[in-house]
Amino acid sequence: MSEDLQVVAFCCQHCAYAAADLAGGLRLQYPPSVRVVMLPCTGKIDALLVLQAFESGADGVMVAG
Amino acid sequence: MKDEMKTSPKEKDKGMNSSDSSFILHPSSLSNPSSLPVVGAVMVVGGGIAGMQASLDLAEQGFKVYLVEKKSAIGGHMAQLDKTFPTNDCAMCTISPKLVETGRHPSIEIMTNSEALEVNGQAGDFTVTIEGAPRFIDVNKCIACGDCTKVCPVIVPDPFNEGLSPRRAAYKLYPQAVPNAFAIEKRGIAPCRDACPGGQRAQGYIALIREGRWNDALRVIKMDNPFPGICGRICNHRCETACNRNLVDEPINIRALKRFVTDKVYSEPRQLVDKVEITHPDQRVAIIGAGPCGLTAAQDLIRRGYPVTIFEAMPVAGGMLRLGVPEFRLPAEIIEREVADIVDLGVELRLNTPVTNLDDLFNEGFTSVLISVGAHEGVRLPIPGANLEGVLINTQFLKDVRLGKYEGGKKKEERSDDENSSFSLHPSALGKNVLVLGGGNVAIDVARSAVRLGCKVSMACLESREKMPSHAWEVQAALDEGITIHNDRTFERVLADENGRAAGVECMNVASFGFDEVGRLNVEKVAGSNHVIPCDTVIFSVGQRAGLAFIPDDAGVGMTDRKTIAINPNTYAATRPGVFAAGDSVSGTAFVIEAVASGHKAAESILRYLQGENLEPAHKPELPVVKLTREEIADRMARGEIKVQPRIPLPELSVEQRIGNFAEVEGGYDDESAQREAARCLACGVCSECMSCTFACGVNAIDHDMVARRETVHVGAVILAPGYQTYRAELSEEFGYGRYANVITALQFERLLSASGPTMGHVQRPSDGKVPKRIAFLQCIGSRDQSHDYCSAVCCMFATKEAVIAKDHQPDLDVHVFMMDMRAFSKGYLSYFDRARERYGVQYHRSRVSALYEGARSNDIYLRYMNESGEMQDERFDLVVLSVGMEISESVRDLGRRLGVELDEYGFCQTVQFNPLETSRKGIYAIGPFREPKDIPESVVEGSAAAGTVAASLSPARFALTVEREYPPERDVSAEAPRVGVFVCSCGSNIGGFVDVPGVTEYASSLPYVTHAEANLYTCSQDSIKHITEQVLEHKLNRVVVASCTPLTHQPLFQDSIRMAGLNPYLFEMANIRNQCSWVHSNDKEAATAKAGDLIRAAAARAALLESQHTIEVPVQRAALVVGGGAAGMTAAHLLAEQGFPVHLVEKENELGGNLRNVFIGTFGYADPQATLRRLTDQVRAHPSIYLHLQSKVISTTGVMGNFTSVIEEADGTRSDILHAVTILATGAQEYRGAEYGYGTDARIVTQQEFEGMLGKQVDRYTSTQVDTYTGTQADTYIGTQGDESLPNSVVMIQCVGAAEKFCARICCTVALKNAIRLKEINPKAEIVILYRDIRSYGFKEKLYTLAREKGVLFVRYEPDRKPEVISDQSSVISVKVWEPVLRKELTLHPDLLVLSMPPVPRTDAHDMATMFKVPTDVDGFFLEAHVKLRPVDFATNGVFMAGMAH
Repeated sequence: MSEDLQVVAFCCQHCAYAAADLAGGLRLQYPPSVRVVMLPCTGKIDALLVLQAFESGADGVMVAG
Repeated sequence: MKDEMKTSPKEKDKGMNSSDSSFILHPSSLSNPSSLPVVGAVMVVGGGIAGMQASLDLAEQGFKVYLVEKKSAIGGHMAQLDKTFPTNDCAMCTISPKLVETGRHPSIEIMTNSEALEVNGQAGDFTVTIEGAPRFIDVNKCIACGDCTKVCPVIVPDPFNEGLSPRRAAYKLYPQAVPNAFAIEKRGIAPCRDACPGGQRAQGYIALIREGRWNDALRVIKMDNPFPGICGRICNHRCETACNRNLVDEPINIRALKRFVTDKVYSEPRQLVDKVEITHPDQRVAIIGAGPCGLTAAQDLIRRGYPVTIFEAMPVAGGMLRLGVPEFRLPAEIIEREVADIVDLGVELRLNTPVTNLDDLFNEGFTSVLISVGAHEGVRLPIPGANLEGVLINTQFLKDVRLGKYEGGKKKEERSDDENSSFSLHPSALGKNVLVLGGGNVAIDVARSAVRLGCKVSMACLESREKMPSHAWEVQAALDEGITIHNDRTFERVLADENGRAAGVECMNVASFGFDEVGRLNVEKVAGSNHVIPCDTVIFSVGQRAGLAFIPDDAGVGMTDRKTIAINPNTYAATRPGVFAAGDSVSGTAFVIEAVASGHKAAESILRYLQGENLEPAHKPELPVVKLTREEIADRMARGEIKVQPRIPLPELSVEQRIGNFAEVEGGYDDESAQREAARCLACGVCSECMSCTFACGVNAIDHDMVARRETVHVGAVILAPGYQTYRAELSEEFGYGRYANVITALQFERLLSASGPTMGHVQRPSDGKVPKRIAFLQCIGSRDQSHDYCSAVCCMFATKEAVIAKDHQPDLDVHVFMMDMRAFSKGYLSYFDRARERYGVQYHRSRVSALYEGARSNDIYLRYMNESGEMQDERFDLVVLSVGMEISESVRDLGRRLGVELDEYGFCQTVQFNPLETSRKGIYAIGPFREPKDIPESVVEGSAAAGTVAASLSPARFALTVEREYPPERDVSAEAPRVGVFVCSCGSNIGGFVDVPGVTEYASSLPYVTHAEANLYTCSQDSIKHITEQVLEHKLNRVVVASCTPLTHQPLFQDSIRMAGLNPYLFEMANIRNQCSWVHSNDKEAATAKAGDLIRAAAARAALLESQHTIEVPVQRAALVVGGGAAGMTAAHLLAEQGFPVHLVEKENELGGNLRNVFIGTFGYADPQATLRRLTDQVRAHPSIYLHLQSKVISTTGVMGNFTSVIEEADGTRSDILHAVTILATGAQEYRGAEYGYGTDARIVTQQEFEGMLGKQVDRYTSTQVDTYTGTQADTYIGTQGDESLPNSVVMIQCVGAAEKFCARICCTVALKNAIRLKEINPKAEIVILYRDIRSYGFKEKLYTLAREKGVLFVRYEPDRKPEVISDQSSVISVKVWEPVLRKELTLHPDLLVLSMPPVPRTDAHDMATMFKVPTDVDGFFLEAHVKLRPVDFATNGVFMAGMAH
């Protein structure tokens, strides 16, 4: 993945967000252009949220939960 | 299960005392007239999933919980798992919320590293003694930054990763551990340290050498010993004698490692030492003698701020080290450097200054004096000729050599200017032929020095070669260098030549010698053995002593008979106040390290004297010395943790290279060999107290002086959930565990699969890290064998899950499972197994592998087994996984014994069949695998059930001991403009090392609405938390952002801190700049800093938008609705009623009991199901809080948790509304009735339930002999059944009939086994054949299987695609044809009775029931739980639960 591509990751706080924390604990490296947004549940995701992310310049959106 | 509705305890309290008509006083106070006050607290032992569930349920119900956990964190085995079957959910993701909730619950006190020692008192009011082992890190101060682990040099196998990876002595059990704090594992004092008089932390500096941290290693040495370079060369290293590695091969070469690291550091330019600030200028200390003892004391005293002056008679400092030890053993530059390190602290060193009178020192104004003169005076034996020319004394000779007065054997100078100074006497001329008299280490030094001066040297001594006081290796070195040793000689006189110079020593042979009681030598000489050893120089080396002439007789300093200073051995105080003595002047000649040790102790004592304290040292509890036993060494070797690896040899000068010079004989290690030698260390004490962590810790959380503490708590009940240990596979040697690297346990494989495991989830085999292509699982290792007559219940599914996950990782993987039966016995398990086989291609073999062996070069493993056609076969695998069973550990058995609960022969806790959680001691309950092997959901159910049972017994004391935090009144900020405070954490260097924290903080202060921004070293430390509260008040903040770590662990902490300032907790936001920034972008500081700024900007922007949120409270009903009056429904109703809640129990039939009415035979012996039915029915009928609705059904239900309204219709059509808070559906199941195998066409073909009815009609005979310790009632012992001719003489049973082909109903095998056994008991001649697919006698039911086989029941397995065939018509015998796979032929059986194991299936109205209550069912029509593992009896619909067979 190119370092410049902006990726927004919508993460469920119970699993994917915790996994991102664990990645930190294990000192795994990934590009700084990945931005994690915590959601109480991926059920909270709304198409508008995804579209807004693209609108604001994201190159990719990941929903993880 | 957990009640998710929040009502405040006050509300509940109100409810209990209000006149609410639906509330009925706690009934047990009615039924139990002698009710004593009970304690509203519970101890739960074991923080695994079962213990956590019980704790949470109890805490939510208003009880204080002491959760006692032996490890440093809770979580148990489940935290180690990667995935859970049958959903393949991530185990950590499911357990983690429970962990956090348990850790955060205000009513749960987690006591880690703790064990329950004893329980006194009685149910309702126990006194428990709990012992907490020291953790060495204060949980309340630790902020889990991990700085201690980073610097800890000690490596031990990580038990959390099942030994597959190393871990440090300072550790956190696992990344998500609760409590989120580190701990230090310290077993005790390593034997090397214990053996050292100076207490050198050898294990610590060895570990640091292994890590290549030379400076740190030297620091550790210098903590206890200022002379590492010296001791690294000449120490007598008792540490090595004590080294546990002696039990494996050879001890660690500790001395050489010490020397290595000193040389390493000393090869760098010396770092100048800073002067110490003198804080007590008026309390000066004089030290007489600049030897190792005096210098050590000087160092200790000046470091504490006291001025020190050392008086030294010689022109150099170092004492005997400098003047008594030859250069070839100890180069002068080393001594000079180490002495300088002390003197440079500011010690005044007066050389060439002999003290002639002790009183002078006091007159000069010294407050205290330490006498630490060395044993510089050699002893000249009083024999004729002892004063001849050419007769020398050891100490003088060595001193002269050391001071360079000899050159090639000649006197260097002939100067004699000061007759008073022993030093300045000119050296006597040395001849060519030297005889050294004496056999000690000094004698050897003398002899070897003379060799280097070019002399021919021999030695003579009293002792035999074996008994020579010098070390054996010294003797060997002397012999190597050509020195002749004459043993067993006395010295009669020195003979003179014509010039009056020594020419030889007349000796006699010694027959024996010894010392009498006053220490006088008695020698028995061999008469007439007089002979002369010729020489031209004699050197006496028979001892040396301190010169104490400077102490006048009237100085008030007492002496001993041995001419040493009399002291108190604890305080080193001489008889005159203020005078202390240590070192050789007290002990006689000793080794350097002893001098150092006495120097430390004397200094401590002097400090106490100067500070006016009691001189006697305070008692300090000592850690045990870790002496490894041969058994433990053998165990560790068997597990492959220790391998034989002899010492790394040291280079040495050859004998030829040694003569004629004083170069050091022994060389040192190079870096690599030193590190390899250091790696041999067994790390006996685990933590070595090297103190690296203490220096690294930024919040002062580390306390190496913590000691074990005992606490007493009062509880009303005890729940035991200590869990299991896996079978120690190394005990089954045939499977090669520990010997073969590529044989691992299933739990190890689980760690390999785990993303947080040792290989980050990439399966690699241990021998070479290669990705395995072929894996074999061997089942039933330590289960279902001769020493384990039980099934561990989880391994079949566990192995299947691991196979599936491994195939997910690596689809081309070839996985084979070798098993006896596939025990996929629970909901969804069989379909999971089918999926593994069909979709994933996992291959299952019904075979018990008899042996395996390792390939000669490849480390591959070859299995030998009998294949299904009965032939022996060998097959190669890359990796073999042993499915190890569950066992109860010795420490858990001890726990059971200490607490007085009965255990079975395997250590499992004995409980009553129909009161399955009750132990033999009233008020103590057992849950989880401690009472029988089981998996997670059953453990969770038991946790909740135990909590319910305990709650019933302790109901009057609810909320008596729980506390609620008090907060100041909340400030209304709705009208204020946002004022955001930003706190940026450095987390030591965890954030600060990669993110420019000051820069980011400045940036934060420029953001909109941010009125305050600051950086903290550790934002979560206790003082910072308080500081946030203060800052909120000071700056009138109304929103707070903390930029630090993850909100998942830390948000509640900070929310609490702003609540303390009167802010609503929801006016808080976090920016995760550690876990999701500094840690993951550590290789790009600039980008990490930029991202941290962005994250804070986002958080601050969001914070400005936050509004206060409030939890609302709603009134709830207190009643429960239980649908179904079978065993499950009645038990649930009774338990709720006992807790004080009214219960409506709705049963559609006219009678209570459900399926239990059809059960006549208990699985084990005497338990009579019908008696249980009667007891349950009576209890329910008699209970004043249970409203029975017989012949009734629920026809509608509306509402939400806490406020349901249901309509009940009775037989006569009358309807009534009931209000209830929760609903429990216990609607049961019914036996399947299908037309399979001719059922319904022939009276001789019956179902298992019908067959049990036939057996149950027999008149059972019981005797009442046993008293049930719990209920106090007599339990019936079954002694047989009156025979009945109507019972069949031959029976065939067919298992897995009809619906059971699709799902396993869990009970059919057990029922078949118990019925078969009962028939055999009635009629031992009855022939019984059971046709089965797999015998699923999980857990202790395996014992039934064993018993049935012992009684002669035959078992024939059939394949699902080759089912038995039944031919029956009323006129003739029944024929059952079945293919026998072992004999490979078809059998035809003609039973009197054919019994079909029809499984329980959902009731016909189950679907309607599900629709009405809006709850889901699974594909088979059973109720579907909210979460298979952690919410096993909850519906996804809040407030609706299930129980019994409907599940």
